[in-house]
Amino acid sequence: MPQWIQGSPKWLQDLFYQVYQTLIYNDRWMLFVKGLQITFIVTLGALVLGVLLGFIVALIRTAHDDLSAAKKSNPLLNFFNAICKIYLTIIRGTPMMVQLLIMGFVIMTPKTDTGMIICGIVTLGINSGAYVAEIARSGLISIPSGQMEAGRSLGFNYVQTMWYVVIPQAFRNILPALGNEMITLLKDTSLVSVIALRDVTKQAQNLVNKTYQAFVPYITLALIYLTLVLILTWLLGRLERRLRRSDH
Amino acid sequence: MKKFLALFLAVMMLLALVSCGTTTEVKTSESQAATQAQTAGTDKAADSNKLVMGTNASFPPYEFTDDEGEIVGIDAEIAAAIAERLGKELEIKDMEFDSLLTAVAGGSIDFVMAGLTVTDERKQQVNFSDTYATGVQVIIVPEGSEIKTVDDLEGKTIGVQSGTTGDIYCTDDYGEENVKQFANGALAVAALKNGQVDCVVIDNEPAKNFVKANTGLEILETEYAVEDYAIALAKESTDLFEDINGALKELKADGTIDEIIAKYIKAE
Repeated sequence: MPQWIQGSPKWLQDLFYQVYQTLIYNDRWMLFVKGLQITFIVTLGALVLGVLLGFIVALIRTAHDDLSAAKKSNPLLNFFNAICKIYLTIIRGTPMMVQLLIMGFVIMTPKTDTGMIICGIVTLGINSGAYVAEIARSGLISIPSGQMEAGRSLGFNYVQTMWYVVIPQAFRNILPALGNEMITLLKDTSLVSVIALRDVTKQAQNLVNKTYQAFVPYITLALIYLTLVLILTWLLGRLERRLRRSDH
Repeated sequence: MKKFLALFLAVMMLLALVSCGTTTEVKTSESQAATQAQTAGTDKAADSNKLVMGTNASFPPYEFTDDEGEIVGIDAEIAAAIAERLGKELEIKDMEFDSLLTAVAGGSIDFVMAGLTVTDERKQQVNFSDTYATGVQVIIVPEGSEIKTVDDLEGKTIGVQSGTTGDIYCTDDYGEENVKQFANGALAVAALKNGQVDCVVIDNEPAKNFVKANTGLEILETEYAVEDYAIALAKESTDLFEDINGALKELKADGTIDEIIAKYIKAE
């Protein structure tokens, strides 16, 4: 122990001892790093899957609504729209924890470590997709119908107008809400320990089990999540500023 | 970017301040409680007429929930008998096994009865009563598994209940990458049924219940470890410790404990 610690007040010595026991002794901080890897992979995978799924569902739902507004109907689109509605109902109507338990122990039953990570990504991605879908749809219907009419009158077809005119504007509108969803998703990854994945939360719990000190591991854990969310917020802020530049 | 850094640092410093504040507070209140306990000869838990027990109710036959949702089992009945002897009202809290020891050390529950094994490491954190039962760590495998003895566990995927002695021993013996931690024994057994793990290491009595409830599983003859169950209390609750341990001794002497255990564990 360094000299200045021995001369310091007792609570500081206690804190130092706990920090030492939690993070430094036996290279225990490596447990956090290991857990962070799992948290990272699951978050990133689920984020990509969720955004992809969400946008596809939102486009199908909007296309269907646009068509019925024009008093037309397409059997294929009706079919996909129904599937999307069922998906939204089921996923938004059941808790994330229940979905993880069902995926982990009933549907996917992963047998390898990679399998378990994929199970986590798929479950969280599917869950996030449902929320992203509604966020994206709110963005798409927020664009005035004049934009679509203008695009069509210039000779674009429906898909082209969506792609070149509506989606870029809608995307910019939904960024704050999308950022919200991403932050929620990042924090929800702490649930994956129920399918026996050792994410950063689980590793912190394991550390508490080793040291029987709850203070330093959990505060460290909170700081880790806070840092991750701050980084994510900063990245989203940059993206938002970049997209706003095209406004003028 | 600079602004964010500044904000982040500010938050960190605030947290550090808050955290230091709470530690000192806890420490002083603890030492106050300790001195009070020494001078007056009483502590808070010993005075209150409520006794709060922490357990993880997925560990049959020691603790499980019956069809009415009540927590029953050997531990629950022994605790009820102790509470009755001390003239107190028993309240049982069902929580994750992982958090039990931290909870009792932190004072949110008065004692832990959860088929909890006495280990040297745990002794540093809590006080253990006399032991009231013996547990055996056994290995559950699917019928016809290539795991025949403890020696075959090398390189296999082992399912455990997170934070139990089975978890601690297996992680020490076979490495963290081979041990899958589940929140409770039932989930570990579900994973075994699905083929997600090769075997489950868990205490003997719950193991028997799990195997009885599921077809195609068996318990290996060889034992993984033999250990003692005891009640855990916070180091500070010295008076309550005397009370509970005294009651436990009396219950042992008059055969109540044997009776309770025999009620749940039928002799073969």
